[in-house]
Amino acid sequence: MKEFDPGEAPSSIVSITDRVKRLPLGAAVGSVHFLGDRAFFVGAEESVAIATADGEITRKETHFGAILCAASDGKRLVTGGDDGKLIAIDAKGETSTIATDAKRRWIDNVALHGDGTVAWSAAKTAFVRNPKGEEKTFEVPSTVGGLAFAPKGLRLAIAHYNGVTLWFPNMAAKPEFLEWAGSHLAVSFSPDNKFLVTAMHEAAMHGWRLADNRHMRMSGYPGRVRSMSWSVGGKGLATSGADTVIVWPFTSKDGPMGKEPAMLAPMPARVAVVACHPKNDIMAVGYADGTVLMVRLEDGAEILVRRNAGTAVSALGWNAKGTLLAFGTEDGDAGIVEM
Amino acid sequence: MAEASQKIPVTVLTGYLGAGKTTLLNRILSENHGKKYAVIVNEFGEIGIDNDLIIGADEEVFEMNNGCVCCTVRGDLVRIMDGLMKRKGKFDAIIVETTGLADPAPVAQTFFVDEDVQKNARLDAVVTVADAKWLSDRLKDAPEAKNQIAFADVIVLNKTDLVSKPELAEVEARIRGINPYAKLHRTERCQVGLTDVLERGAFDLDRILEIEPDFLEAGDDHDHDHDHHHHDHDHHHHHDHGHGGLKHYHDEDMQSLSLRSEKPLDPTKFMPWLQNLVATEGQKILRSKGILAFTGDDDRYVFQGVHMMLEGDHQRKWKDGEKRESRVVFIGRELPEQAIRDGFEQCITT
Repeated sequence: MKEFDPGEAPSSIVSITDRVKRLPLGAAVGSVHFLGDRAFFVGAEESVAIATADGEITRKETHFGAILCAASDGKRLVTGGDDGKLIAIDAKGETSTIATDAKRRWIDNVALHGDGTVAWSAAKTAFVRNPKGEEKTFEVPSTVGGLAFAPKGLRLAIAHYNGVTLWFPNMAAKPEFLEWAGSHLAVSFSPDNKFLVTAMHEAAMHGWRLADNRHMRMSGYPGRVRSMSWSVGGKGLATSGADTVIVWPFTSKDGPMGKEPAMLAPMPARVAVVACHPKNDIMAVGYADGTVLMVRLEDGAEILVRRNAGTAVSALGWNAKGTLLAFGTEDGDAGIVEM
Repeated sequence: MAEASQKIPVTVLTGYLGAGKTTLLNRILSENHGKKYAVIVNEFGEIGIDNDLIIGADEEVFEMNNGCVCCTVRGDLVRIMDGLMKRKGKFDAIIVETTGLADPAPVAQTFFVDEDVQKNARLDAVVTVADAKWLSDRLKDAPEAKNQIAFADVIVLNKTDLVSKPELAEVEARIRGINPYAKLHRTERCQVGLTDVLERGAFDLDRILEIEPDFLEAGDDHDHDHDHHHHDHDHHHHHDHGHGGLKHYHDEDMQSLSLRSEKPLDPTKFMPWLQNLVATEGQKILRSKGILAFTGDDDRYVFQGVHMMLEGDHQRKWKDGEKRESRVVFIGRELPEQAIRDGFEQCITT
């Protein structure tokens, strides 16, 4: 890996920092999601701040405590909290309670399916509720680390210690178990439904080719991978955890096996968040030093969106059309920029 | 990077079943001490206090995939710490209660191994609550109980009102046979000053300097420390000192070892030696701690370790007139004493 002078990079590249609408939210941001053209900034605790591209902010109190997880399907945002509640917010900002854990356990993970089904987890139990309100549960051997719906069919991946369980909630068949030693946290299907990847507790990713469950080891990170994002069409998987964005190629039938990942946008700080553009081969990258870049996947060309300042970038999100990018930081700064 | 002082202190509360951990926890949560604690408990129901900072945990221990067999961590703790960090500023310190049958190593190791946990929190002390009436029996039949004593920085010897003076002397001697370095408090119903168990700061490292290897303090009824160090005695060997005296045991499988040098150590020899020692003998070494004076270094270097994991840093400048002495202690099973002593000697600058 090359050495970089911290002073140089930001001044020598194209900058659009002056086009960013600043949103001083004043409270740590956990994630950001667009419903229509409004950005919903999920706070680390208690509330969601809804912002327009002109900088108008309204705040919705959603949880009594920390907000531990959030997912959006573009139509609604669903958040889980340490108050045991699962809350939905629609594009108008109306909130409703989907579920309250009977034992007030933490709601650690949430995932949304295109048909309106919602999945969430508390401790070792995964819950699935379809739009008709029918609820099913499945217990895995250890605490659920992550949830993801497959792009096809109603199939839920439940990551946990020592592997991932693939569960078809509407089928009686025994769930499939993909085994790999270690603690699996975030989990994601490739958009073509051919691969499943997990970010592990250790500084590595793991993956399976679903046709034959062949293993894919993706290691070499200096830190834990806390953010991953599929590039448009699922050609690559961009990941945080190093001081460059590590992009694993998924264009061939073997996925990234036997191939080198691309290492883009090197900086003197750890990559904290990545978010690929929904239509083009570009991605937004947030760093631990507060820098936000837009990076072209093809050649790594960079545009500066936010200069390094304060604490780590903790949230990045694009609207569905790919015309708006929002970011948020651990110290409560945020912004929206129009492309 | 947060400095040590900004990291949230974490107290690990251990103790065999029925020793009084819940009594102590209830006191911490109900007494008016002006501090707010986030408490990670195993059984929700036992704490009779409603508080959104009391979190139920599952004690999920897992092995790290790093080839180190004793490298186990608490996965649930990593997750809970992550969630708690979203509420930074809402509490001053964290207490982690373990089940009575738990090995304290995975909890302690979580604070060494996990990058995110380490960034935000530091292990303050392992506090072990022990039952004065039953501990001696448990030390014979429950390896967990012995581990908990060996790991402790602070021992709350509880239910002392249920035993006679000779019984108390007996149990204290057994504790000291395993762990001569922990601070020991005798209590009834866990009536110990909370400042004596919480936020002790850096594992009370300086205590290892105070312990005189060949000195046995006589027992009395006050909250004195009974600091002594085992040497090769027969079992049930009595020392008569002053009023009453204190029995002195050599535990059959758990020992401690103390090394000392008044001459400075060579850092280019000591560090590789220590790292190699814990890498090869780490399964036997439960705890290691040290205060070191290195050749040509005006700073005091301190380290502590759990099994194969070590953490060390320059602590502060040696003070004027302060004796620049190095002291290293190990607590473990079947420690290769002579090999450790010989290895240490090789690190002394001549």
